[in-house]
Amino acid sequence: MVIRTAMTLPAMLLQTRQLTSLSGVDIAILLLYFAIVLFIGFYVKDSANTSEEFFLAGREMTAWIAGLSFVSANLGSLELMGWAGAAYQYGILATHWYWIGAIPAMLFLGIVMMPFYYISKTHSVPGYLQLRFGEGARGVSAVSFGVMTILMSGVNMYAMALVMKVVLGWNINFSIWVGAITVAIYVMLGGLRSAIINEVLQFILIWAGAALIPILGLIEAGGWTNLKHQMAANLGSNDYTHLWSTLGSFRDNPMGVHWTGIVFGLGFVISFGYWTTDFLVVQRVLSANNLRAAKMAPIIGAAFKMAVPFIVIVPGLLALAVLRNPDGSIMHLVPESVAAATGQHSYNEVLPLMLIRYCGPGLLGLGITALVAGFMSGMAGNVSAFSTVWTYDIYGAFMNKNASDKHYVFMGRASTVVGMLVSIGTAYLVMHAASIMDYVQALFSFFIAPLFGTVVLGMLWKRATKAGGFYGLLAGTLSSIGMWAWVQRDPGALRIIALSPNAQSMAENLYRALWSWIVCVLVTVIVSYMTRPKTDAELNGLVYGATVIPHDGSTTIWQKPIFWAIVVGTVFFILNLIFW
Amino acid sequence: MQKPHEPHHTHATDAVDPRPGRTPLSIWFFCGILLLAYGLVLVPTGIYEWHHPPATVLASLHPTVWWGALMTVLGAFYTIRFRPGR
Repeated sequence: MVIRTAMTLPAMLLQTRQLTSLSGVDIAILLLYFAIVLFIGFYVKDSANTSEEFFLAGREMTAWIAGLSFVSANLGSLELMGWAGAAYQYGILATHWYWIGAIPAMLFLGIVMMPFYYISKTHSVPGYLQLRFGEGARGVSAVSFGVMTILMSGVNMYAMALVMKVVLGWNINFSIWVGAITVAIYVMLGGLRSAIINEVLQFILIWAGAALIPILGLIEAGGWTNLKHQMAANLGSNDYTHLWSTLGSFRDNPMGVHWTGIVFGLGFVISFGYWTTDFLVVQRVLSANNLRAAKMAPIIGAAFKMAVPFIVIVPGLLALAVLRNPDGSIMHLVPESVAAATGQHSYNEVLPLMLIRYCGPGLLGLGITALVAGFMSGMAGNVSAFSTVWTYDIYGAFMNKNASDKHYVFMGRASTVVGMLVSIGTAYLVMHAASIMDYVQALFSFFIAPLFGTVVLGMLWKRATKAGGFYGLLAGTLSSIGMWAWVQRDPGALRIIALSPNAQSMAENLYRALWSWIVCVLVTVIVSYMTRPKTDAELNGLVYGATVIPHDGSTTIWQKPIFWAIVVGTVFFILNLIFW
Repeated sequence: MQKPHEPHHTHATDAVDPRPGRTPLSIWFFCGILLLAYGLVLVPTGIYEWHHPPATVLASLHPTVWWGALMTVLGAFYTIRFRPGR
């Protein structure tokens, strides 16, 4: 899927050279991280005895912890390396996936949607669908999410092993098994609590390991203004440093997209779909200890999310200006397919290349540890979300409805281990058929946009019915799959889906999401008007207009989530103007 | 419209294990310990690199020692501020 970015790494496997190697001090830093991660798993295992504790961390997390975990769950190394590569390829336009592709949706989740998720006491997003639309919608959502999540964990695992092989020359089997066993131990023992703690640690580690790259890079380039001049001189174009001014036409920007695709496809459908309905991230907020914390967590997450381009996008831009070959000429990174044939470095290697450029022994270990932490956190996030959805929404809903709480905790631990084994299997499958990775990414995109249509109508429109929700979700998903298959069979179909002959592949994702969301909403509305709605009493706690939302307990303006949402929204707006 | 479910309220905590009878460790304490440990590894490494600079760009700015010092200070602050039993 687009937000869990498409970093395709198969060609990297074909390369035999390694970029660098670790010294003793680097290895000590890495081992220290593994030691603390495992210690946390063993330390919290006694506080993960009930299902509420194991799957929702006892709903005891403060807004800061839930918020950092919320943003960190999406900040995997696959994303960091992929979007740094995208910044090198497309320039500052890649920032849209961190700003308009995240911030408005996070604020909407916090202010509008979180009260319903929270007061409905649901354990999961499929669980909310069950309360609102019945078992059918829950079943479709839970099965698709479970399968995709576990496959994604395998992709993360394989990607980590591949990066460690390319950067450090490590054996792929070693990386897969060490990463998988470590994650399985700490998630199985401590459940979501353990995963959240590690995500907070990972967030800090990523900043500690990666922030020096843009700092030193900007010093080398002579500041932002000089960097822009150098990029313009090297590329012969100013288009790489503007967020919006080049989006008037598909032909005017390196990405081949139009502002309507960015605003409506990415900024509205994909972004809202991912940040408000993907249980992987929503689960972190559900762990908050009260309604105000649950509303504040996504807002805090949004504030930190706005800063992430500094450690992801800026290194990609810096590489366009400062990366040089040993002979002093400008280094040109190339697509994976070209890199495999020519032996050049690929776009996706830009972050490791910049790390090696500035970081000697010690700092290099810190950077590599940050990458490893990002990968492991990605696996842990996927596996913990999978075990929750499996236990509550598949096993507990359709196979064994009346088991004891203790049994469900056992099932959560068991499904963590089984999920990890399936992930390992997926990793090996991807190793032998790399195109599977692209299919897994595409599969995610099939479900997210329609699911957002179903959830948002369910929360905001009382008239939406059980049949409307189910058939809308089904129709939206099938239309997304249909459009994807159409473009696979006939690339010329892209011009129809994206409404322009100049559209490039990135535009397809944006417009396919938009159309599938519209199909979902239309079908939901039409079928709902043809079927009998629920009464207000049945919708209490689930839908706007049928629910009195309880006061969140804030007394001063500084405690009010809406105040901070306006602050974050204002900074977001100003940043877009500055880099217009 | 009817009165909704009351939101689930529990005690606010950043403790890793808030169980009674057990000394709770704050998540921020773990962050502090990790930063402090890394800072204490990086500072001597940076001092060594001061005299034996690595073959990296801008090594003359001695980023390892300064970054290590920053992590040591931040790590020490969080470790002390959120120490167990405080």
